[in-house]
Amino acid sequence: MDTEPKFFETNPTAGVVGKPLNRVDGRDKVMGRAKYSAEFNNLPGLVHAVLKTSDVAKGRITGFDTTAALKQPGVLAIITHQNIPKLAKTPNDAEDKRAIGVHMGYLPLTDDQIYYAGQPVAVVVADTLERAQYAAALLKVQVAVEKPLASYEDPKARLFDPTKLQEGKTAPHVVRGSAQAAFAAAPIQLTHKYTHAINHHNPMEPGATTAHWEAPDRLTVYESTQGVTRTQKALSTMLGLSAEQVRVVTKFLGGGFGCKGSCWPHTVLTVQAAKFVGRPVKLALTRPQMFTSMGHREDQTQTLRLGATNDGKLTALIHEKTSTTSPWDNYAESNSKIVNMLYECPNFEASYQLARANVMTSTYTRAPGEAPGSFALESSMDDLAYQLGIDPIEIRLRNYAEKDPSSGQPWSSKSLKQCYARGAELFGWSKRNPKAGVTRNGRLLVGWGMATASYPVHNSQGMARARLYADGHAVVQSGATDLGTGTYTVMTQVAAEALGLPVEKVRFELGDTKLPTAPNSGGSVAAGTVSSSVYMAVQDLWQKLIKVAVLDKKSPLHRAKTADVEVKDGRLQLKDNPKKGEDFATLMKRADMADVEGNGQGRYGSGYEDAQTAANANPAKKDEAPHHSMHAFGAHFCEVQVDPDLGTVRVTRWVSVHGAGRILNAKTARSQIIGGSIFGIGAALMEATVRDQKLARYTNASLADYHIPVNADIPDMTVEFVEEHDPYINAMGVKGIGEISMVGVTAAVANAVFHATGKRVRELPITPDKILGTKAV
Amino acid sequence: MTDHSTPDPAALPNGPNHDGRRSFIKQATGFLGLALAPPLISQAERLTAISKKVEGVTEMRLKVNGAVRTIQAEPRVTLLDALRERLDLTGSKKGCDHGQCGACTVLVDGRRVNSCLTLAVMAQGKEITTVEGLANGEELHPLQQAFIDHDGFQCGYCTPGQIMSGVACLKEGHAKTDGDIREWMSGNLCRCGAYPNIVAAIRQVEKSGFKS
Ligand code: FES
Ligand code: FES
Repeated sequence: MDTEPKFFETNPTAGVVGKPLNRVDGRDKVMGRAKYSAEFNNLPGLVHAVLKTSDVAKGRITGFDTTAALKQPGVLAIITHQNIPKLAKTPNDAEDKRAIGVHMGYLPLTDDQIYYAGQPVAVVVADTLERAQYAAALLKVQVAVEKPLASYEDPKARLFDPTKLQEGKTAPHVVRGSAQAAFAAAPIQLTHKYTHAINHHNPMEPGATTAHWEAPDRLTVYESTQGVTRTQKALSTMLGLSAEQVRVVTKFLGGGFGCKGSCWPHTVLTVQAAKFVGRPVKLALTRPQMFTSMGHREDQTQTLRLGATNDGKLTALIHEKTSTTSPWDNYAESNSKIVNMLYECPNFEASYQLARANVMTSTYTRAPGEAPGSFALESSMDDLAYQLGIDPIEIRLRNYAEKDPSSGQPWSSKSLKQCYARGAELFGWSKRNPKAGVTRNGRLLVGWGMATASYPVHNSQGMARARLYADGHAVVQSGATDLGTGTYTVMTQVAAEALGLPVEKVRFELGDTKLPTAPNSGGSVAAGTVSSSVYMAVQDLWQKLIKVAVLDKKSPLHRAKTADVEVKDGRLQLKDNPKKGEDFATLMKRADMADVEGNGQGRYGSGYEDAQTAANANPAKKDEAPHHSMHAFGAHFCEVQVDPDLGTVRVTRWVSVHGAGRILNAKTARSQIIGGSIFGIGAALMEATVRDQKLARYTNASLADYHIPVNADIPDMTVEFVEEHDPYINAMGVKGIGEISMVGVTAAVANAVFHATGKRVRELPITPDKILGTKAV
Repeated sequence: MTDHSTPDPAALPNGPNHDGRRSFIKQATGFLGLALAPPLISQAERLTAISKKVEGVTEMRLKVNGAVRTIQAEPRVTLLDALRERLDLTGSKKGCDHGQCGACTVLVDGRRVNSCLTLAVMAQGKEITTVEGLANGEELHPLQQAFIDHDGFQCGYCTPGQIMSGVACLKEGHAKTDGDIREWMSGNLCRCGAYPNIVAAIRQVEKSGFKS
């Protein structure tokens, strides 16, 4: 099984964009030179902060005994709600929370209340890490303990119907057609419950903040965040500073997966601690603290009712979700969105129920909503296929949505049929025995499953700056972040191609609020927005040079109309007579220009800014763009082998095929799809954070007890992209692949498990106990 | 907040005695732990541990990547924190601090160890190799190059640990088959999910016949 990857380029005839280039930051990473946020050690007088967190999930702090802790050598401060300086604004106030733009509506150390286990109750600062840790251990916190609520499953939990979800970003009620009546009348009716365990993102780099007050009103923060701008806004608003007084830097980020998308309490507390002790302070969360500091995917149950005709056509989908949220916020992943749009179905209804418990607010976790939502829908679609004796791909084709059922809008592009066909071919799907529980490899049961993936193109915009030097090198900048997804690399490629320079001559800088503003890297928006911004910034720079050329008597382009001039590979020339022109270096030298700078604002989702300069667009269709529904689509195919005696499931083969617009780098894109699939395999087979139902504390908050996939869990994987040109989404025609790589993965695994064993597991993760519960064959 | 005078970290090494007794008690637990597991350590190490009482902040000499470096640290300081916080060798990463993730993997006398589970004081007199010491100047170790070629990482945070582990894995003869590589590299977690690419990188170096 030799599987040297074949890199699939979506645009093989083009320049360097799309090529499987090695990462431009690869050397720094393999040599240990890449600096992450806890690694800026050379700040003057840098000291260490450690969080003291609550052991109980509910109560009131009645006092602290700091005697022993303060006696420790090197201890600089013990900061509690009693002595912490007041902030200008805190998210505890709903209106201020919106101004600050953080995810969680409570900041610890603002009062004596304990709302969740692991909540910070004090910050201990000392000259060394060990001393801070030991002093924190010696610090005694006196608490009047109360009985907590652990989840929506607690009999005492009160379920409520939120009027708003995610501060209005998601509608808690959606009705299309008359789903109840259609379901009641459907000849095929399936009603199933799906539960999803609590999942934690667990990026390998724990959250870390290094805060340096360079002056009483000037702060620099090295922060592990997916968005420097969002963090800047949050901190400056809370501190009562203006945005430019706070600089946030993230040069390298050790993964995020959603948990580094917001500014969380530990960051604010570190900044406050640095002010308190008058020295730069570094705080890195411990791994156990990672389970109670940066959100999680919430515990949830979905009930999906599916009505269909006897030939497998959907007539009704009714989706209900119940999940746990925090004492302050109405957050739930929006699972119903994908249920509403994935297949043609005339009647749809969705509702959400929440229960407050003593937990922190859950947050965006890779493919928030789409991942668990597709688990329910794609498992039920599989049921429908088996019940009617129809092939799982065929049942999906029968319900193929030619336009977006949720909005009625046409798709901007959709290559799902090609994804099914190519995936089936690569996987060998036609050899599948349609019967479940009959394929064996020795004593192991073999199962094949598949599922559809989709993820929307979210509205977003950002800016970039490109500076081209007359000597033929360029610096291109955007305040984006690179979670490891390849932003550094793909933006270098986009800039190099647009500038007509070799990639070695282009440096792309990111991760700093001093650079042009870019959106958070999340929701799969970074690649599309930033690449479009970079592309537009280069076009801006060319427009400036064209103006210089047509005014320059010595230029062959003198007196040409600017609109008649184009730029190809760094050469300015007449569109209808390319021989007439000159390269930028000649022009710039003659004009005595050391450099020229361009700015660009790229959009994502709502159409491109300037059709003239859009690489991928048809200018005539510019105004049609907003009337399209924009999604990436794909399909995952999975083989599992199940041990009938032990109930263990191993994924033994994997194929993913996606249509996601232009792929900027075939190598990093493949890695991203593999990574997302592995993330999903983890959720499918092993990942579950267990919250004690009495104490509302996590019982397995460590990497030894919260299992994520290891190397031996993962087979070789085959990834391809379908060539797809989307004329509407953005200047570069990029849809983004960070999230879609995970959508449908849990269902593909569960469907394979069903095919292997005849047992349908609707409770994630699919651990051996759930397999052994019934006779396999 | 505190009555303690604030020692300037730069002044710490030669500063006043920082309550050595307490430090000793703390460190003693560590030594006891070692004494209970004799097969894991050499006779000489045990003797050093037992015969030499180390208290408070002392001078330690660590041979890292061929150069002897001196630090001032308490005996409870782990090798990982000594590297990252005292020597500014931040290539070795902290993912869990509990021996659960492998991000901190370094070579000690050629063997891969989790530096978060190793006390710096015990690593004296040994050859410590970190990811910073793998390349020959700007010339990469073949496995570093293979990681780049096969995209054996995304965020890069687990990468130094993966590479150090991979170097040892090759040397141990545990990279003969893909199955072996997967098994013997399973102590190094990668949340970005670069596993198939990591296997490909190690396979390439194994196939090239490279001898470390
Ligand atoms: S940091 Fe040492 S094993 Fe995780
Ligand atoms: S590359 Fe990110 S954790 Fe391995």
